Amino acid sequence: MGYASTVKVPFGPQHPALKEPEHFLFEVDGDTVVGVTPRIGYVHRGIEKALELSTYGHGIYLAERICGICTIAHTCCYAQAVEELMGIDVPPRANYIRTIMSELERLHSHSLWVGLVAHEAGFDTLFMYAWRDREVILNLFQELTGGRVLHAINTLGGVRRDISPEMADKVRRALEHFEGRTKEYLRIVRTEPTFLRRTRDVGVLKPADAARLNAVGPTLRASGIKGDVRRDDPYVAYDEMPFNVITSDSCDVFGRTEVRTEEMMESIGIIRHALEHLPEGVFRVRAPRNVPAGECVSRVEAPRGEDMHYARSNGTAKPDRYKVRAPTLANIPALCKMLVGIHVADIPIILAGIDPCFSCMDRMVFVRSGGSTGRAR
Amino acid sequence: MAVNWARSGSPWLIHFNTGGCNGCDIEFVAAITPVYDVERFGIKLQGSPRHADILAVTGPVTVQIAHSLKRVYDQMPSPKFVVALGTCAVSGAPFRNCYCVHGGVDSVIPVDAYVPGCPPKPEAMIDGIAKLLQKIRGTKG
Repeated sequence: MGYASTVKVPFGPQHPALKEPEHFLFEVDGDTVVGVTPRIGYVHRGIEKALELSTYGHGIYLAERICGICTIAHTCCYAQAVEELMGIDVPPRANYIRTIMSELERLHSHSLWVGLVAHEAGFDTLFMYAWRDREVILNLFQELTGGRVLHAINTLGGVRRDISPEMADKVRRALEHFEGRTKEYLRIVRTEPTFLRRTRDVGVLKPADAARLNAVGPTLRASGIKGDVRRDDPYVAYDEMPFNVITSDSCDVFGRTEVRTEEMMESIGIIRHALEHLPEGVFRVRAPRNVPAGECVSRVEAPRGEDMHYARSNGTAKPDRYKVRAPTLANIPALCKMLVGIHVADIPIILAGIDPCFSCMDRMVFVRSGGSTGRAR
Repeated sequence: MAVNWARSGSPWLIHFNTGGCNGCDIEFVAAITPVYDVERFGIKLQGSPRHADILAVTGPVTVQIAHSLKRVYDQMPSPKFVVALGTCAVSGAPFRNCYCVHGGVDSVIPVDAYVPGCPPKPEAMIDGIAKLLQKIRGTKG
């Protein structure tokens, strides 16, 4: 009597469950979340403007730093957009190397995620094992490109480094080890009772909602909808790769875990196929400095879902407008849907469930109109 | 002297991302997982600034997060130390001239150790933190 029926609980920007600064305001009734207001924009660095102020050659370094986990997806997307504007054809060998790199990135990103979701579920042993085994992929990256996390492998007109036959053998050997570990994770997430009880029917997103709210990537596929840019609109060499688009009908965090773990198995298959059929020839062509006027949209399936870049050029060496739409932004409406009607204790695991990458996402700033501070919000 | 020695034996670490690209963050988390295992130095990662001795900051400080960074720093009990991990946290580069970036971490709060690199390898991060511990102990490394 006389008490407000709901309580507002702020979450972030500094919170142990969030690796990045973002804020959610939860409206809580007892132990049930009845409303959620996301407040995004803390990681807004103004990268689109920076891209417009730098030349196309410099832009690829900035595109690499949109996100440190999907760096190959972003550089691939950037390079594709600019190459289409330039009207240059990438050599087939470069396309195959880009495919291999994209899939290695998916392996590292998904295994990282399996660890994080296990951590949020209170299953730290799996977290530690997943991150230990992920080092195998990072070591491969270091040998293939020189960098563990940022690789600088994609460049305009192709890739920077070739894959030698000895290196290909090394990749095959590492994948053999990693495949065994992935099978083990698949067994654990499917059979471990504590993990199942923590993830089943948690964060439910019905297929109709997923489609209506335009979810992308594993979040969409875990709701039983086959949506994958690699299949729907093949880029680099995906039209020549045999793979299945993994879906799950369970529509919850368990489904998202299953989809990502099975996708790792598919990625291993794609890398093996690409290494086997690596075309001979050059891996880089020279890119012109100036770009003819025009505009272009390019799409890539990043580990978190569909990544979209838009470029408009005015015939100079710098883009006139550049726009990035990262997968996490597309998943935020679906996330808000999942977060309503749940227990407070489930918030971290549902947040982690969409594999949020806020640095990809924060592309804009609202300036309070008519306000006296003019502070960016 | 003895207090400093004791303090350097079990520092509690808090991690705060001020607008980084995640590259440094995943390398930082890699540093606490089995291959690098920073816990062998007695370092423990935990969640609240009120329990922390060392603030590990990654990323260029964006205009929006500057206030929160100051607040997290103010909430930490003294004596407190700050490590800037990665080139962005050191100087703001490559986002230095972006309209929404404040600059490096030292434009908002004092920094005790800088670890450059894009991103620095976990070994470099551990080295940076170990050097900071030597500094706390009052011995030159």
